Amino acid sequence: MSVTRYHSQLRQSAAERRAETHPLTWRLRDDGARIGLDEYVDKDGYAAVREVLNRQSPDDVIATMKEANVRGRGGAGFSAGMKWSLTMKGPGIPRGYLVCNADEMEPGTFKDRLLLEQQPHLLIEGMILGAYANHSRYGYIFLRGEYVEAARAVQQALDEARGAGWLGDDIAGSGFDFDIALHTGAGRYICGEETALISSLEGKRANPRAKPPFPGQSGAWGKPTVVNNVETFCNAPAVMAHGAKWYQDLSGELSNDGGTKLFGVSGKVERTGLWELPIGTPGRELLERAGGLRDGKALKTWLPGGGSTGFLLPEHLDSALDFDTIGKLGSRLGTGLLTVVNEDQSVLSLVRNLEQFFARESCGWCTPCRDGLPWTVKLLQALERGEGERGDVELLDKLADDLGPGKTFCAHAPGAAMPLASALQYFRDEFERGVTHPPRTAHADPIPVGQI
Amino acid sequence: MNDTARTIASDGFVIEPEDRRAIEHERDHYEQPQAACIEALKIVQRRHGWVPDAAIPAIAEVLGVGPADVEGVATFYSLIFRQPVGRHVILVCDSSSCFLNDYEELRDALSAELGIGFGQTTADGRFTLLPVCCLGACDRGPALMIDDCTYGPVAPGDVADLLEGFA
Ligand SMILES: Cc1cc2nc3c(=O)[nH]c(=O)nc-3n(C[C@H](O)[C@H](O)[C@H](O)COP(=O)(O)O)c2cc1C
Ligand code: SF4
Ligand code: FES
Repeated sequence: MSVTRYHSQLRQSAAERRAETHPLTWRLRDDGARIGLDEYVDKDGYAAVREVLNRQSPDDVIATMKEANVRGRGGAGFSAGMKWSLTMKGPGIPRGYLVCNADEMEPGTFKDRLLLEQQPHLLIEGMILGAYANHSRYGYIFLRGEYVEAARAVQQALDEARGAGWLGDDIAGSGFDFDIALHTGAGRYICGEETALISSLEGKRANPRAKPPFPGQSGAWGKPTVVNNVETFCNAPAVMAHGAKWYQDLSGELSNDGGTKLFGVSGKVERTGLWELPIGTPGRELLERAGGLRDGKALKTWLPGGGSTGFLLPEHLDSALDFDTIGKLGSRLGTGLLTVVNEDQSVLSLVRNLEQFFARESCGWCTPCRDGLPWTVKLLQALERGEGERGDVELLDKLADDLGPGKTFCAHAPGAAMPLASALQYFRDEFERGVTHPPRTAHADPIPVGQI
Repeated sequence: MNDTARTIASDGFVIEPEDRRAIEHERDHYEQPQAACIEALKIVQRRHGWVPDAAIPAIAEVLGVGPADVEGVATFYSLIFRQPVGRHVILVCDSSSCFLNDYEELRDALSAELGIGFGQTTADGRFTLLPVCCLGACDRGPALMIDDCTYGPVAPGDVADLLEGFA
């Protein structure tokens, strides 16, 4: 049979990866098999836990993470050390929860899967360090339900770690107690939003919650709760083992952010895939590693980090892929996995596809998101068929604005607005070409619902 | 409560003792029993293929929560099936990277091969076809999942061969 089962794969061979330069992936094997406990420990695994829990204070961990400037790899780029410093802890405050966001569903994103399937012990080690810093009593790995192989790998690793005393009571003879359970989801993109994730973890519908209070003050079951992405936790062991300066130096002159990043490319390129590279590596280098576009096509546009990031142009390829630089271009680094669009592909159709996704995945709580997104899809579909009416493009501008930051309960709607607004800015002619009809008559239904 | 007894809800739905133990085991992972709700629904679904209405009060009883709390959750999550599904569930990624890799052709090939659209089950009860969010396999799109396995890239011409392996 010509169809193959999917296996996560890094495009760099073991020979190219070293502990000093590839903290996330240097242990990975070329055959892609899971790194078991023995192999992990042989390759310095859990050394940071042993060292830190016995010789450093929780505040030391926070200070080092802050200084290293490890920014959240789930998409928003908030400093992990800063987040951990804000968690409520101290006398009289109950020890709370540490949650790993492994819900990876952002369109175009396939990075956490690699770490979960092939190196779950690195995640566990990072979570132990996070729990120590945040005074957390119990941890959950919130894994999307479709990641069946990852579930198997993580569960095996949890059992191994517990068996060897890396989880449970008195970890590494330090007196610190912490354990982790695997929680698998049942679909719905919104579960990845951190407060919706907490609702879902509690066994409820995944509706986001108002902030404040922030999860670090009152999260799961009202206790202080820290939520970080898989890749964020996976950075902690090397930061603690080698120090903040070493981590900062990994990205050198490329970026003010520290460390490396799992970058990737998908779309019609010669060699799609994943690479661990210094954060701040320019998009052009990634595209070159991907062998350029397939069939000699030209690049039309690209999304820097998933479906909720804004389109960028070929002229932006030399910019550093880091949070601040891509932010200044009006987009977001997001998950750092590039989606490439070639000259023959329609941005209008792609935006329609993205907005269908966001409309379907809205939790339905706020009006602009619940009603605005299906309406957006209807307008885009009409333009795609060449049946748009005069005023439709301006209406899309307004919808993009209404979905923007600060107008809804959570960042789902702003995420939907970003590709729409940037496409309207850079590829307006594609939208305008779809306008062929006079303006809508007064009695037309302004909010067509359903049918998306 | 007797640990080995089958839990029989008022309208006759049975939770097998093994499933009951699995649900109780999950419940112990959390501060409150409601948290095991999604896992309980998945356990019941694993045995029956889907979650019939009558299972809701039975699950609520095992967890000691209200049936409305279970029902609210059961209708929210896309991987909890509230209607019978085929022996194999095909989840086709319809997100952006697969879309750029001609997902629509794959979807049409599947529809043609099976004679059904999204949300439908073949007359012989073999397959149910559903769309799904990005499967995290974008480097090998267009991607799909059949039961517990992800495949990609799947060309329209591969569909017949691929499906043949599923009885
Ligand atoms: C709609 C939506 C979906 C999200 N999905 C994910 C996800 O799947 N994984 C993730 O790590 N973060 C996701 N996030 C971001 C989280 O809300 C949160 O910022 C992140 O888990 C924090 O971890 P970090 O600081 O380590 O990145 C999502 C946000 C939104 C608004
Ligand atoms: S913005 Fe959308 S997804 Fe977020 S709370 Fe509002 S309706 Fe729900
Ligand atoms: S977009 Fe289809 S697997 Fe990611």
